Amino acid sequence: MQADAKGVLTGVHFFDGDHACCEGTLAAGARFAAGYPITPSTEVVERFAQRIPTVGGVFIQMEDELAASIAIQGAVWGGAKAFTVTSGPGFSLMMEHIGYAAMTETPCVFVNVQRGGPSTGLPTLPAQADMMQAKWGSHGDYGIVALCPNSPQECFDLTITGFNISEEFRVPVLMMLDECVGHMTEKVVIPEAGQLEITPRRYTKLPPEEYRPYEPREDMVPDMVRAGEGYRFHMTGLTHDERGYPSMNVETQDRLVRRLVDKVKPFSGGRALFETEDLEDAQVVVVSYGITSRVAQRAIQLARAQGIKAGKFRLISAWPFPDQALDALAGRVKAFVVPELNLGQMVHEVARVAAGRAKVIPVSHAGGTVHNPEVILNAIVEAAR
Amino acid sequence: MSEPTLEIPYEMPADAQNPVEPFLRMDRMPHIWCPGCGIGTTVNCFTRALLDSKADLDKVAVVSGIGCTGRVAGYARLDSFHTTHGRAIPFATGLKLANPELQVVVYSGDGDLFAIGGNHFIHAARRNMDLKVICVNNLTYAMTGGQTAPTTPSHVISATSPYGVFEPSFNLVQLAEAAGAAYVARWTTYHVKQLARSMEEVMKKKGFCFIEVISPCPTLYQRKNKMGDGLDTMKFYKQMSKTRHGAPTSECALTKAGEIVVGKFVDRDRPDYFELLNSQMRESLGDRYAEPEVMCSEC
Repeated sequence: MQADAKGVLTGVHFFDGDHACCEGTLAAGARFAAGYPITPSTEVVERFAQRIPTVGGVFIQMEDELAASIAIQGAVWGGAKAFTVTSGPGFSLMMEHIGYAAMTETPCVFVNVQRGGPSTGLPTLPAQADMMQAKWGSHGDYGIVALCPNSPQECFDLTITGFNISEEFRVPVLMMLDECVGHMTEKVVIPEAGQLEITPRRYTKLPPEEYRPYEPREDMVPDMVRAGEGYRFHMTGLTHDERGYPSMNVETQDRLVRRLVDKVKPFSGGRALFETEDLEDAQVVVVSYGITSRVAQRAIQLARAQGIKAGKFRLISAWPFPDQALDALAGRVKAFVVPELNLGQMVHEVARVAAGRAKVIPVSHAGGTVHNPEVILNAIVEAAR
Repeated sequence: MSEPTLEIPYEMPADAQNPVEPFLRMDRMPHIWCPGCGIGTTVNCFTRALLDSKADLDKVAVVSGIGCTGRVAGYARLDSFHTTHGRAIPFATGLKLANPELQVVVYSGDGDLFAIGGNHFIHAARRNMDLKVICVNNLTYAMTGGQTAPTTPSHVISATSPYGVFEPSFNLVQLAEAAGAAYVARWTTYHVKQLARSMEEVMKKKGFCFIEVISPCPTLYQRKNKMGDGLDTMKFYKQMSKTRHGAPTSECALTKAGEIVVGKFVDRDRPDYFELLNSQMRESLGDRYAEPEVMCSEC
């Protein structure tokens, strides 16, 4: 369906990534946000707090990130589209509720504007070191989708995509910005509401007596209800059967947890979001995401200028990892170069998919600033040799 | 003296064994609570309060945290949410804000609400969020085996205080009043009528309401402290309770074997969160303010 015009700030703007992300939430139909201040992410909810009273909805500043990350889920079951925003230490605190959202299949969005870690780390400086945490940070096996915008425009566009995915798959979607993308200011074009495609929540059409809250459809995703409509449903973070009732047996556990993981698998294949350039003849492919992809772009240009057949593969959806697309490349290229603002995270996924068929060269950096393009170039030159 | 007959304004299932059945998920019985546990008694009082308040049951939601009392959400045949440990109140906050039509009842235990969830309790009370918080206080962590809670009185033996508790405990009713609750009452599971009446009262009262229910855990607390079984505890409650409506909450601290002051201590009118939000926004934004409505992501 089309976006609700009330939330769409149509026009050409000059926004930083955090503000653009906020406009994305409003355009996507989010009418509830809960947050707790933390640099460098707070601008997203500051803007939301300013905008929402005239759009119609609620922003509440909660007492901590645990509260913010569960308040949004209460709001979702009350009927709202909802999100929260945080960075490093707050993201760590939200892990339990990312697991809760995955387990209860609560569609919601977590925005993480990554900064240097571990612990308090570098509050005002960039990193991309929460990528593994995004996938594995909560206990147990579960599925999530993580998206990595690399510009303010993409912060707007992908936030809408993120909300849409969360509704389609009933998963928490993690928007993995970084401090640079969050704070860089660029042109952002917001189209008319009618041009924005929004995925509505899939509410059941069954009457209460026939409805089973966790009975999946063919696409492995169950239909939803919301509180107050006579369904008298139960929802729990315990292992539950199709009725939503706790069930402590291994068959139910296996059936449920496998489905939670399997339902997002399309993102390993055909639904993966990525951007490629110069791959036709590429011998060396630079795999990057977020702000690092902007630096990598320059390194690839410099390599091409030297006559090296370098190409670009930019992860837009980082989780589930786009296995299928990388697998197709691994058989025909010489090497993958993987620059990241961490000491090696997504590079392990590239190596897993390459499975020895191509060299995999990490270009790691502990964060605090972006790479120098020369460093990535050197790795490309080395790889091409 | 004859008891007034209970008016039951709903259709009873033909095979019903008990008038509270329509409020319970009978397909989940038997429940997990031990013999002599007081949680079931409080649920009975709650169903009685729902009946008497004539609440629209489609618009009542129960939110629980983790623990023995946390399982109430699983048995109440209402929209019911079993959340994470300590986080029932912030979940309920989101639920209420997105759907102000709902009467949101938080039903959880003392460890859940006042140890891991203590911060959320005081902030929801400060905001005067329109939530009805029912705390079944069995003075221990029962689900995990009888460990010390922030409510466990001094000298009590627990699984993690084998030589006796020495940390001071919280006086929950004083804490609730100090944090800003609009309504504060305490009963024991001996006081079923008074408890049901308080529950009915809060269903009609706006703002953050708190009811503490002192409840036995014969399996752990009473056994470890040689305080007898469920029936002995009822006798203890009967003997030691003193009803003092309006008593200063500072005088209502609990001890291991001393007096239990019960009653309604606080019943005051404070503007609730929505009233405060709306008045501030109208003052600042005038006609530009779009008052939050029941949210519906497909509308």
